[in-house]
Amino acid sequence: MAALLALVIGLLVGCGVYLLLRARTFSVILGIVLISYATNLFLFAAGRLATNQAPLVGEGPPYADPLPQALVLTAIVIGFAMTAFVAVLALRARGEFGSDRVDGKPREDGP
Amino acid sequence: MSIGWIILLPLCGALAAPLVAGRTRAASAWAAAAATATALAVALSHAPAVFAGETVQLLYPWIPAIGLDLALRLDGLAFVFVLLVLAIGLLVILYASYYLPAEDPKGRFFALLLLFQTAMLGIVMADNLLMLLVFWELTSLTSFLLVGYDPSKQAARRGARIALVITGAGGLALLAGLLLLGHVVGSYRLSDVLAAGDLVRGHDLYVPILVLILLGVFTKSAQFPFHFWLPGAMAAPTPVSAYLHSATMVKAGVFLLARFHPTLAGTEVWFYLVGGVGLTTLLFGAYTALFKHDLKGLLAYSTISHLGLITFLFGLGTPLGAVAGLFHIINHAIFKGSLFMAAGIIDHETGTRDMRRINGLWKYMPYTATLAMVAASAMAGVPLLNGFLSKEMFFDQTLDLDLLGGVAWLLPAAATLAGTFAVAYSLRFIHDVFFNGEPVDLPRTPHEPPRWMRIPVEILVALCLLVGILPQQTVGPFLEIGASGMLGSPPSFDLAIWHGFNAPLVMSLIALGAGVLVYSSRHWLFATHDRLLPRTSGEAAFERIAALLLHVSHRIMAWIDNRSLQRYAVWLVLVVLVLTAAPLVRHGLTLDGGLAGEPVDGVSLVAALLVAAAAVATVVAARRQRLLALIMTSIVGLVVSLTFIHFSAPDLALTQLSVEVVTTILLLLVLYLLPLGEIRPTPRWRQIRDLVLASAAGLGTAALAYAMMTRGYEPISRYFLEFAKPHGGGTNVVNVILVDFRGFDTWGEITVLGIAATGIYAMLRGLRLKAPTRGIGGRPWSADAHPLILAMISRPLLPLALLVSVYILLRGHNSPGGGFIAGLVAGTALILQQLASGQQWTGERMRLGYFTLIGVGLAVATGTGLAALIFERPFLTSAYTYLSLPLVGKVEVASAMAFDLGVFLVVVGTVMLILENLGRLTSGRTQTAPVSPGEER
Repeated sequence: MAALLALVIGLLVGCGVYLLLRARTFSVILGIVLISYATNLFLFAAGRLATNQAPLVGEGPPYADPLPQALVLTAIVIGFAMTAFVAVLALRARGEFGSDRVDGKPREDGP
Repeated sequence: MSIGWIILLPLCGALAAPLVAGRTRAASAWAAAAATATALAVALSHAPAVFAGETVQLLYPWIPAIGLDLALRLDGLAFVFVLLVLAIGLLVILYASYYLPAEDPKGRFFALLLLFQTAMLGIVMADNLLMLLVFWELTSLTSFLLVGYDPSKQAARRGARIALVITGAGGLALLAGLLLLGHVVGSYRLSDVLAAGDLVRGHDLYVPILVLILLGVFTKSAQFPFHFWLPGAMAAPTPVSAYLHSATMVKAGVFLLARFHPTLAGTEVWFYLVGGVGLTTLLFGAYTALFKHDLKGLLAYSTISHLGLITFLFGLGTPLGAVAGLFHIINHAIFKGSLFMAAGIIDHETGTRDMRRINGLWKYMPYTATLAMVAASAMAGVPLLNGFLSKEMFFDQTLDLDLLGGVAWLLPAAATLAGTFAVAYSLRFIHDVFFNGEPVDLPRTPHEPPRWMRIPVEILVALCLLVGILPQQTVGPFLEIGASGMLGSPPSFDLAIWHGFNAPLVMSLIALGAGVLVYSSRHWLFATHDRLLPRTSGEAAFERIAALLLHVSHRIMAWIDNRSLQRYAVWLVLVVLVLTAAPLVRHGLTLDGGLAGEPVDGVSLVAALLVAAAAVATVVAARRQRLLALIMTSIVGLVVSLTFIHFSAPDLALTQLSVEVVTTILLLLVLYLLPLGEIRPTPRWRQIRDLVLASAAGLGTAALAYAMMTRGYEPISRYFLEFAKPHGGGTNVVNVILVDFRGFDTWGEITVLGIAATGIYAMLRGLRLKAPTRGIGGRPWSADAHPLILAMISRPLLPLALLVSVYILLRGHNSPGGGFIAGLVAGTALILQQLASGQQWTGERMRLGYFTLIGVGLAVATGTGLAALIFERPFLTSAYTYLSLPLVGKVEVASAMAFDLGVFLVVVGTVMLILENLGRLTSGRTQTAPVSPGEER
């Protein structure tokens, strides 16, 4: 199971990095979203994988490690705020420069 | 009074001068003069102690850890310089108050002048290397501001810039040198450094230290080849030239030679470096001065030459040489100060400084002419004047050097040659300006200056005569204490004007005679000089080098920072890869940690394949079919939330699910506003490069994740599991951690959320975007902005959704849920209304501002935390109790719940603020430019 999750994380990072290196903002935003997923999964996996052990006291031990979960929970919310920020930044850049390109050549924009 | 006041009083004056500037015309000058005079009085009050051979000290530990103390010392050397700085400062202030035009902002001028004075006093009195350096830099800065005092003049701006760059660069070298010196000695206290001469001279770092410190000295004291900033700095008002660029600041460099004489001097490197540069500067300056037609230009090169003379004397490394150097510092300050003031008067009265035009002024201003002629004679080294005495000492010193062996005669010859040119240019100053026919079309008719403007010149010229005639009685004691402050034990020296008919006197006479000859053949010399010597100047070289440096740095910047996010990202990914891979390669990584996990089940495998397919599809579709790419991303998100629920993290699953909804709405709105236009496809090699990078990053992360997951570890969360119920009063440990154990983190986090929302709001304000009229495939957007069915269904959903949200919030402490999730759910429910019924409809009904929500949320969270302080517990300590309510029964109430309410409000406010403002951007456009249905059909 660990190998499977590791592969998924790796694939998400790979796809995210590839999108991050594209020339237009929308791809970059999607790349960041994918990398965020991967990062959250990675952090979460630091608590190791356990099934049916939700950290709710009273249901009886063993419990999954609650600390990475708490960290990831806030990371998800902050991740949303960051995605929104980057997306709006992209809009603002389009408003200022008339282009959604991030490869340093805004002049060659299409119609 | 403490010697600290010597520095503080001018500083106070610098503050006072601009404050009183509006009162009367001379108020600033009076304030400056009062501050300087008081400081002078304080300095003089310490004279008895200093003359008794004491070193008055002042020490406040400041940052002892790095050896920085507020340490001042007033020994003989410092005392002589303090007197020089303050006394000449006083005369310059008097002179400047008449020199400056009435309409000038005098407050600024005198403030800067006094600030400079403070810095200069700091240099000479500092007893700590680091402090000395701070004051050193301060003189460079104030000099920059004073040279550029009239920013409307191009010459002033240019001169100020060059002066700052050269002296600033020297200051950096000095910084390095002094740090090394302090490191070698083991202390930054000047007293320790002065006592450690043998240690320093024998150290391996001696040469680097010496070279670095000398770079500071040579740039500041305008030594060849750094001399060219000084003539440029003559664009400053003449009082500034007189004060900074002849009498005091340029002496800071040679002051360091005197100060560090016991530590650094006396080696062969010292002799060749300091002596060589000094001699070169002496000859070069004296020769060039003769050919300057600008009055101040002549004086500037003469100053350079005299500074070279002083440097040379210190370069000899002998006690007598150092004494002669100190003597010439004093003499030069006196006669050159008065000469600059006289030049200022002439400039003031005639309106020009060109010596080819100002001739025969004797007739118009005989009194000033007499003063200037005496001072110029002192500069030439005529007997009975102060310049003669130190020049004799200089000639004498060149005679008994046995260092050079067979070519020992070269030094006296060079000295005599320099003396010859000094006589020639002094003669030119006298003859060209005051005699030599009639003035050539002057802008105005010159006459004698105001009485008070002449007084400073008179005082200085009187000093030239006094020192020249009665040296032992006037300057003798000062030289004595200065020398003992500098060397510890002063050598015996004889200041008499008549030493008998000896070699130095012969050299003086030769110089005088030859000087007259040189001057009388000046027309031929000028022509030859113009014909033979190419018109290159240090200034032009400086500009060329500066332009070259700028060009190179522009090229480097264009290469590194080409405004391409792709390039930055490539570098970032590369660096991360290298940094992560390097230790793994060095130490080796065993992938499998040996911890046996659960076997893969069919559902997980399918889910993994689904994520993989969706992720790859996102990449493929991102270029052309962006909506599809967005949907694929959401699939990834949904499977991620399923992953969370599978691996025992219900809270995470709920959060991920609700964030997914909000993110998708957000990205849909963004997608609408981003253009579709085609751009050229990425070149094949770049696609391959990106693929390689992405694969490396992906494989690396996968390997790390696998290695981590297959290793056992010791969790630190036992504490949380154990005490969540007894201390936090909740059974949902994740929520208890968020609102209680790690409440401070969460508090910071919701603050960040609020800041992000505010930033987004700011970026969206005033943003105008051209909304597309047609969507994918050229189809027009639906004109039906708010579908009726959606509106009708969403309205009854709202109270239900809000009820769910409140339920999730309340149960969060004990079951999966909590403020974050509840906030996201509520936000989604509210946004749905907006999507369904439009901005206007919801705007009329949603009374509460989103900023208010965020603010109240933060206040509630903070208030909960602060409440703990009332009970004298640390910030955010939580408490809980049980209430017995009728019908409901026993209910647990924890203060952490109030904190969670704050989280809830902030999250709702943030989500709404972002989405609503983004939505406004899109709806505002479609309403103003609608595609009418009639046209389409």
